[in-house]
Amino acid sequence: MSLAPVPVTAGGRQTSSPRRRAPGEPRGIGYFFILPAVLIYALFVFAPFLHSIYLSLFKGNGITRMEFVGFANYVDIATNPVFRSAFIHALELVLFYAVLPIALGLLLASVLHRSRIRGVAFYRTALFLPYVIAPTAIAVIWRWILAPRGPLNSFLEAVGLGALARPWLGDFTWALPSVGLVGTWVMFGLALALLLAGVQKIPLELYEAVRLDGGGPWTEFRAVTLPGLRYEIVVALVLTVTAALRNFDVIYVMTSGGPGNATVVPSYLVYQQAFKVAQIGAAAAMGTVLILLIVIANVLIARTARSAS
Amino acid sequence: MIARRDVILGYVLLSLAALISLGPLIGVVILALGEPGQIGINLDISKATNFGNFADVWEKGDFGPAIRTSLIITSIVVVVSVALSVPAGYAFALMDFPGRTAIFGLLILGILMPLESMIVPLFLDMRRFNLDNNYWSVILPQIGFSVAFGAFWMRAFFVQSARSLVEAAWIDGANSWQTLTRVLMPLARPQMLTLAVLFFVWNWNDFLLPLVMLSGSSLQTAPMALVTFEGARRTDFAYLGAASLITIIPVVIVFILLQRSFARGILAGSIKE
Repeated sequence: MSLAPVPVTAGGRQTSSPRRRAPGEPRGIGYFFILPAVLIYALFVFAPFLHSIYLSLFKGNGITRMEFVGFANYVDIATNPVFRSAFIHALELVLFYAVLPIALGLLLASVLHRSRIRGVAFYRTALFLPYVIAPTAIAVIWRWILAPRGPLNSFLEAVGLGALARPWLGDFTWALPSVGLVGTWVMFGLALALLLAGVQKIPLELYEAVRLDGGGPWTEFRAVTLPGLRYEIVVALVLTVTAALRNFDVIYVMTSGGPGNATVVPSYLVYQQAFKVAQIGAAAAMGTVLILLIVIANVLIARTARSAS
Repeated sequence: MIARRDVILGYVLLSLAALISLGPLIGVVILALGEPGQIGINLDISKATNFGNFADVWEKGDFGPAIRTSLIITSIVVVVSVALSVPAGYAFALMDFPGRTAIFGLLILGILMPLESMIVPLFLDMRRFNLDNNYWSVILPQIGFSVAFGAFWMRAFFVQSARSLVEAAWIDGANSWQTLTRVLMPLARPQMLTLAVLFFVWNWNDFLLPLVMLSGSSLQTAPMALVTFEGARRTDFAYLGAASLITIIPVVIVFILLQRSFARGILAGSIKE
């Protein structure tokens, strides 16, 4: 959906066609319709956003006087290895939250394109369920599964792979991929449900046409499935990439950023800097960079989708 | 022509995918019904009958008051956010007023803004106005984030709804408020239901905002109660399983009853987590 720009003349009068305007409607009344929503949004979302940018230029604990430091907090993010690693971890999580689930979803959806499935409601409910339940509960559940004597390690021992068993969340190498795979589990169902809904709408004749031209499964995928699912892929990317970059609850419950700093992520550092070590400016700067990252990621996704169409 | 083999393959693969999604959740149900203190699950599920775990957890984890707090906060947020999103979406779709495009642009920017980034100034501002440790410190920001998406979503519907209907209503002498409430809102009921489901799920699950705002008080939401309980009993896995299920049950019920509305919201290009 695009937002048609409203032409405005020099005098500020609307000259748009009558179609864009409710018949005989006095213009000013629109403000009353949007006022309550816009007011609450302005006070509790937009003002804090501006306030956050302002705070990011100071150092202090938020109670006593704050000292103006310019962009020093941003320089810290670029130079402090722990701060920097948080953003690298966030990008690694994108791999697990977005790339892996969507790749798996695409693979399955393209295999399933020819079978028009009945009972979609059941499958869709099952696939969406992990995405709907509280991330805090998901974290508690997976901390159990990955516990040193938990079901995963028991299973590995039972099938003779006991050598692979380890305390997943306490392992410097494996903690981040373990947390990431929790994201893969959550987002896989979401991606598949989205892509499945899309692939069922692609006319079978398009596949027949590729067949008649002598194309194989790869050509079918490249020429029919992928273009046909462009819209669903964009939605899945927006939802999963944003979730990966924002991720707080799962880290807070499963690892608290540990072991060491192996799983610190930006949103966890915002919380830790502000509410554990009272570095308000550092936390605000981190939050601002996080917004920037999310906006850039979404713009990139939208732009890639547009150029592909 | 759809080959029978393809159909069977489809069901097998989909069932496998559904099993991957549901497996850990089924495991937790069995865990929560097992012996307290046990870490593995008993594959003989006829022994998984320990419903007492839920009663114990309900009591020890203070889940009664927590569920009540979550229900109060989430109900207010859902009702108010839908009520504010509808007229805002209507005005952005069908009315002309100076600054409309700019205001709408700033509003939908909120769909992308992560709460995590605003949590610090939100907390400082709430504390300055003595609103922290109070329901409203959670409710008001949640409404703010919800209406950003809500106005966007309702506008998309009203833009498509038949203009001839609006014109007919106007000719019949209805003013814009009557046009909205009597002509368009009955048509928009499915869209409003979708909004309500999405708002319920997002705000029930929200953890960081109540964690920061309410931690100085005795108030806690269901996810907060779960995390508090988890912090106190790191290895009582049967109890932790029961606590997780108590926390997610309301959302699971709403979701299963209204899954079509939820799917419509996600499929139709919702651009928020």
